[in-house]
Amino acid sequence: MNVLATGGRTSLWVSLGAVVLAVGAYLSLAVGVVPIPLSDMLSPDERQWMLLSQVRIPRLVAVLLSGAALAVAGLIMQRVTQNSFVSPSTSGTVEAAVLGILVATLLVPGISLLGKMVVAIVVAVAGTMIFLQLLQRIRHRDPIVVALVGLMYGGVLSAITVFIAYQRDLLQLLEIWTTGSFSAVMSGQYEPLYAVLAVGVLGYVFADRFTVVGMGREFATNLGVSYLRILYTALIILSVMTAVVVVVVGAIPFLGLIVPNVVSMFMGDHVRRTLPVTALAGAGFVLLCDVIGRTVRFPYEIPVATIAGVLGAGVFVWLILRAARRPGATR
Amino acid sequence: MTAVSDRASEILGLHPATGTSVTERERLRSIRRTAVILGLLCAGFAAAYLLWDVKGSWSYALDLRSRQLASLVVVGAAVGASSLVFQTIAGSRILTPGVMGFDSLYVLIQTVIVSVLGPSALQLMGVPERFILNTALLAGFGLLLFRWLFRAHSRNLFVLVLVGIVVGSFFTSLATFASRMLSPDDYLTLQTVLFASFTTVDVQLLGVTAAVAVLGMAALVPLLRRLDVVDLGKDAATGLGLDYHRIVTITLVVVTVLVATSTALVGPMLFLGLLVANLARQIVPTHRHTVLVPVAGAVGVLATVGGQFLVTHVFALNTTLSVVVNLVGGLYFLYLLLKAVRL
Amino acid sequence: MIDIKSVSHSYFDGAPKVLDDVAIDFPPGQVTALVGANGAGKSTLLSAMSRLLVPGSGQVLLDGVDVTKAAPTVVAKRMAVLRQDNRISARLSVVDLVRFGRFPYSSGRLRPECHEIVERALEYVDMTPMRDCFLDELSGGQRQRAFIAMVLAQDTDYILLDEPLNNLDMRHAAAIMQLLRRAADDLGRTVILVLHDINVAASYCDRIVAMRDGRVVIDGSPDEVMRAEVLSEVFGMQIPVHRVSGQLLAMHWAPLPAPALQAV
Repeated sequence: MNVLATGGRTSLWVSLGAVVLAVGAYLSLAVGVVPIPLSDMLSPDERQWMLLSQVRIPRLVAVLLSGAALAVAGLIMQRVTQNSFVSPSTSGTVEAAVLGILVATLLVPGISLLGKMVVAIVVAVAGTMIFLQLLQRIRHRDPIVVALVGLMYGGVLSAITVFIAYQRDLLQLLEIWTTGSFSAVMSGQYEPLYAVLAVGVLGYVFADRFTVVGMGREFATNLGVSYLRILYTALIILSVMTAVVVVVVGAIPFLGLIVPNVVSMFMGDHVRRTLPVTALAGAGFVLLCDVIGRTVRFPYEIPVATIAGVLGAGVFVWLILRAARRPGATR
Repeated sequence: MTAVSDRASEILGLHPATGTSVTERERLRSIRRTAVILGLLCAGFAAAYLLWDVKGSWSYALDLRSRQLASLVVVGAAVGASSLVFQTIAGSRILTPGVMGFDSLYVLIQTVIVSVLGPSALQLMGVPERFILNTALLAGFGLLLFRWLFRAHSRNLFVLVLVGIVVGSFFTSLATFASRMLSPDDYLTLQTVLFASFTTVDVQLLGVTAAVAVLGMAALVPLLRRLDVVDLGKDAATGLGLDYHRIVTITLVVVTVLVATSTALVGPMLFLGLLVANLARQIVPTHRHTVLVPVAGAVGVLATVGGQFLVTHVFALNTTLSVVVNLVGGLYFLYLLLKAVRL
Repeated sequence: MIDIKSVSHSYFDGAPKVLDDVAIDFPPGQVTALVGANGAGKSTLLSAMSRLLVPGSGQVLLDGVDVTKAAPTVVAKRMAVLRQDNRISARLSVVDLVRFGRFPYSSGRLRPECHEIVERALEYVDMTPMRDCFLDELSGGQRQRAFIAMVLAQDTDYILLDEPLNNLDMRHAAAIMQLLRRAADDLGRTVILVLHDINVAASYCDRIVAMRDGRVVIDGSPDEVMRAEVLSEVFGMQIPVHRVSGQLLAMHWAPLPAPALQAV
């Protein structure tokens, strides 16, 4: 693969990541009310296989796919907006998707998962587009201000959602959508998540164009790349990824923000190179959160979103302070 | 020199004792007018809140509504006053305790107390002790946090705001995490202990918070004229002989106490303070905190009492005041950021 | 007298010293200019003198008392300071700002004699017509004059100003310098100011203190400082000095001959 060819350091990170991921994956399969030891993992008895195939493996796949999808969505958003402090979960995309699910549930009672997904995607695309429009209007181009506008915009969208949900007594459902958790994932319910794989491949195909767009409109035009078309492609890809994950497992805060940032710290901003690593790192991060959530208060489960909220907010604060301390940023 | 001075003062219509010109006296009159209108509006909404559309037993309705009204007044006044002085010491119009995650910190502290002491211990403690313990912890932690933030990052306002918001969300997540660590039974107990129910209003809690809020606002009174100077910035205030750090620290303590009272009564209201403090500064264009703080308190009361009245009685919406306030406040905050005028 | 006793300071550990063992004193009744290139430490020294900054080592004595240890209002009645960057978020009218100059005396409750001082300060800086305007409606120069009026209203023996001529047009710059000169000559005030233009310093000040890399390079009368070899040491560039109608003039804007440029 291209990534491996680019240098020893990259391949080192990738292989290190793969090892960590494998250990996490094993833990994810083994941990639970019925533990499955490593010796049985390769030749499970019938009961164990039932458990693995119906619950544990679907859960693992869902964890990996959603982690990778949210991280990549964040990466794409950060590159095309040229701002490392925005992400679908901090700039309104997630909130728009949740609003979409709510609207779908209200308008078409008993709507199918696929139907919800379509509505969520449409509203997420619209919501993200409005955010991009807001960006054009901000007088302060300071990245921190842009991040603030994103957070507030998301806050307003979710206030609208809460307002509607309150009217229809749907707060409890809302809590489920906004608090990502894998406890209900099982065979037959998570398969729509595979859609993110297809979209992810599309993102990889467009990777170089995203990098170019990330250098600015003039730069892109100079290189013969149609700025607006690529911007909207990115918008649709990241909205689809986000909306699909939100519909199936719920929102996971900060993931799309911190993972691409940390990866970019080590690897720079060349999207084609960073995208696979970002996907791996995102999957690993959610895997870690999920395993923690399942073990720390055993036998009860703490939702992945809560763990990610604690870890993610901590890392985000560190990122901001780090950026602010860099010479030129504040003085 | 004096001759010129006399001529100028004649033109300006200087008042010999107060040194005010005609223009200034006009401004003062308009401020007074605004204050009177504000007071009348508050009183009007309060009366309406009590008397509107009472069905069934008058004594029951009046008893319940007066308790609700009292807690709304405490919340509005505390949030208004604390947000306004916080803006001043932070030197920014978009920084309020709510935006900086103060309210979330209060929730976190309560949850941690329950986690550490156990819910039964907390229930044994009684309402006033519990509130005072919470408030003391909040003041301590809040002070530490803000000292650190102000010292390390006072140069960049927006960094401060962003960190504040994320820290707020961090506290919320941490509180959720801590509450999930409890057993389901304890969790239920926590929920009932955590927030006083607004629909019933615990008389004891109301009494304690009202007393603390009055004390807190009384403690602000001697600071008001000094806060006028703090508003000039740290260098200018130091140059004018103000012990800047002492004033800021005392004010921060008072702010945390006031935030605790409002959060204990109705829970976090992220954007109420932002909305109220900026509105107050808009309707009375003065720098004097002796005017600004009472006006902010009154605007706060108007927002909570008037808002609650409109939400529940007039529009009969099935929603809470904080949902509406967050919606309106969020939009207003966005507007401030997009306009970016004198943040 | 302001007495600076071997003050050193750096903004964080390991950073180069912005003040490097500065020892100097300012006797009363003089107008002194602090000059030097950007980053020479002039503003930092002024901040340390006015206790806006606590230096890493050494102390500043105001009539024998350490300024950081004295009661804040006592210092504020003896020494007024105006920083360069005066953006304030409060919506203030000019007269309200100037009234703050009386804060050390009144804690915010002004007495009749305070009002007289305030009006006189406004008159001094030619701001009486704009007395009731709000600061954000003023031009940069008008705002600067309003701040200077506040410092004057503070009615102190020592007046410390950081580049007070910023944003001022020539007429008002000259007026402010004459005003400060008068304050020293007639009222015995001590004025210490950071100045960018060495020629302004030479024509209005009794004494020029030149700094470079956090140290005092030379400290003397305008005649002693206004010499090409001294200026070259302070500013790191060749500046010819001429006497024009009795006034020493450093022609720092004059185009340099090629060899001189290389020397820089």
